[in-house]
Amino acid sequence: MQHTLIALLQDRPGVLNRAVSLFRRRGFNIASLAVGQSEIPGVSRMTLVVDREHVEQVVKQLDRLIEVLAVHDITHERTVEQETCLVKVTATSPSLAELVSIAAESRARIVDVSAAVMILVLTDAPARVAVFVERLRPFGVLELIRSGRIAMALGAPPAGLARQNGSPETTHRATDRGPSHPYHWQADGASDTEAA
Amino acid sequence: MSAETTARLTAQRTGAQIMCEALIREGVEVMFGIPGGAIMPFYHAMYEYRDRLRHVLCRHEQGAGHAAEGYARASGRVGVCVGTSGPGATNLVTPIANAWMDSTPLIAITGQVSSAVLGTDAFQETDITGITIPITKHSYLVADVRELPRVFREAFHIASTGRQGPVLIDVTKDAQQARAVPEWNVSLHLPGYHEPSEGEHEALSRALRLLALARKPLIMAGSGVIQSGAVGELRAFAERTGFPVITTLHGLGAFPEDHPLSIGMPGMHGWVHVNRALQECDVLFNIGGRFDDRVTGKASTFAPQAQIIHVDIDASEIGKVVRADVGIVGDARLVLRGMLDVMPQRDARDWLAHIREMQAIHQHRQAYLRRPETAQLMPHDVYAVLNRVLNARGGYRVVTDVGQHQMWAAQLIDWQRPRTHLTSGGAGTMGFAVPAAMGAAIACPDDTIWVVVGDGGFQMTNQELATICQEGLRNIKVAIINNGYLGMVRQWQELFENRRYSGTPLSGPDFARLAEAYGVRGLTIAHAADVECAVTDAWEHDGPVVIDFQVEREVNVFPIVPQGRSIGEMITSEAEA
Repeated sequence: MQHTLIALLQDRPGVLNRAVSLFRRRGFNIASLAVGQSEIPGVSRMTLVVDREHVEQVVKQLDRLIEVLAVHDITHERTVEQETCLVKVTATSPSLAELVSIAAESRARIVDVSAAVMILVLTDAPARVAVFVERLRPFGVLELIRSGRIAMALGAPPAGLARQNGSPETTHRATDRGPSHPYHWQADGASDTEAA
Repeated sequence: MSAETTARLTAQRTGAQIMCEALIREGVEVMFGIPGGAIMPFYHAMYEYRDRLRHVLCRHEQGAGHAAEGYARASGRVGVCVGTSGPGATNLVTPIANAWMDSTPLIAITGQVSSAVLGTDAFQETDITGITIPITKHSYLVADVRELPRVFREAFHIASTGRQGPVLIDVTKDAQQARAVPEWNVSLHLPGYHEPSEGEHEALSRALRLLALARKPLIMAGSGVIQSGAVGELRAFAERTGFPVITTLHGLGAFPEDHPLSIGMPGMHGWVHVNRALQECDVLFNIGGRFDDRVTGKASTFAPQAQIIHVDIDASEIGKVVRADVGIVGDARLVLRGMLDVMPQRDARDWLAHIREMQAIHQHRQAYLRRPETAQLMPHDVYAVLNRVLNARGGYRVVTDVGQHQMWAAQLIDWQRPRTHLTSGGAGTMGFAVPAAMGAAIACPDDTIWVVVGDGGFQMTNQELATICQEGLRNIKVAIINNGYLGMVRQWQELFENRRYSGTPLSGPDFARLAEAYGVRGLTIAHAADVECAVTDAWEHDGPVVIDFQVEREVNVFPIVPQGRSIGEMITSEAEA
């Protein structure tokens, strides 16, 4: 099964290398990886998807890295997961109307139309992005890029993380509660996972 | 403070001077290394601090790294090794990996090419921070002189606290040469670093409940007991409860083997009664051991009756190999202290008597104690004398290498005190012993440092005999258990591969004459009757000694658990093999 992990990393050279190295070491293939700025200056938020049954050990070892501030497996939590794709398709006159209508139905945007080529962009749940791409294939997909998914647990973040500014007192850690009490983000008030 | 002093203190320093001052500030007294192009500015600066900062020039960077490890393991302080860029740095990879596997506090300082040419395949450029990612606790590539004080402070903190381990500091040549006024007043800011704890209250309570009800309890002491300084707490806990104690390879010395509650070493070459006790026990209390596969055998069959309590300073060790019914993330000493206050007195006399019965049956029947029909010197003759002399004289450290001689030393010497048994456990690095002894000899100048090493491992790093002489390390005595084979591999080939001795027969020089060529006293011993005299002579000789013990060639280490099998399935003699 797929596991979705979220981690907060200090934004320094080599951090990503260290983190990803733990998966390589076990021969785990990373299905998707997205890293970007978080709400905290100097701290990046990473979403990583891996096709493996047992990831607990890697999660703990990720947490052991000095520059990893927090890590969490949100696979079994209520989350919102989103992904962006850019697709360049052949767009000649007979198919143009159909492409425009697919874009409208999928809530994709057409961001460029040039000689016989159209670029569409869609941000949605990963499964819907996949469906969208499949619908475009018959038209001739010339280039495709998917951003990798980004995920966020629903509801208020845990107090530690919400306030934390990278200081030792407030950083929430997976190990604080011992191995028998894995760190859980509260997803109160949320209804269901939006990701398909 | 005079105006002149103030001016001097506030003056600019080169990066290299800052590095030296940072080391002094961290309490470093010695480092082991070899200079080269990219680290030359550091060596240039080192010269002016030479009265406070001893540098030991080794003959290979691997030797420098192991020497720093030996220093760290013997003293409990951080070991420091130095190399240049490129091959200097890659030669440090083996000791860094070894320190990683055995959680040894090590700082490796490497020179790097100038930042202007970083990444251009410049002369002697190697991406050493990249190479060492999986085998360092942390690493730094420093290209800005102003970062040096903070980096050194952080590196020493990370290497020496929590689960100790190696930290690499790679400094570009231009950062060593650049000038800056060092900002020493840096506060540690490591928000992602986990400081050791005393264990979660709820887990401690569950552990105490299990221990209070246990009928066949066992305490297993690992390296963490020694590294956290919990030897006294462990002893108090064992005596309070009356629970038998087993010590892993790196736990040897954590609990005195002459103590009535000590039952010995478990695992692949552990004692039959210890492994049987593990398979029968109902509560296993592992303090500071990581359930190495050499301890557990086939993990799914390990301690099948037991509720397992695992105390480890590193959360990622809990549940890694063996399920833990109670996992306690914490420092062994703090955890034991917390438990000592509330642990009720217990009594496990019947259980201990049962283990002693098994010991009486099995330990004597084992063939390693039986002398085969040979006039040749047996390895066991050497260990019998060593054990007697070491424990009679005291004031010793024993550094072993990797292989048969290492297992015999673990089995046949009665380990009494922490940090007296130094070995390469997790990584199994042949060539560790001779250089590691140099570090131990400097850390413990009043002790006699015995190296017990095979003829294979000795030939991997014996060039450090030159370093031993140059540095006047007179307290190092080397006992080569010379059987003309890579003995442990040969043993496996004999027992499991139908005696196909592929790549294991090994020749060597006349080791005594080789030693003499270095200026070290050399002895050759081939008869059991001469062992005691040689060991005593070596001990009393005011200088390094190498003794070539030419032992019976094909002797096996028993008991042995075949790899991948349950520790219940032990082979105890040739007859059973």
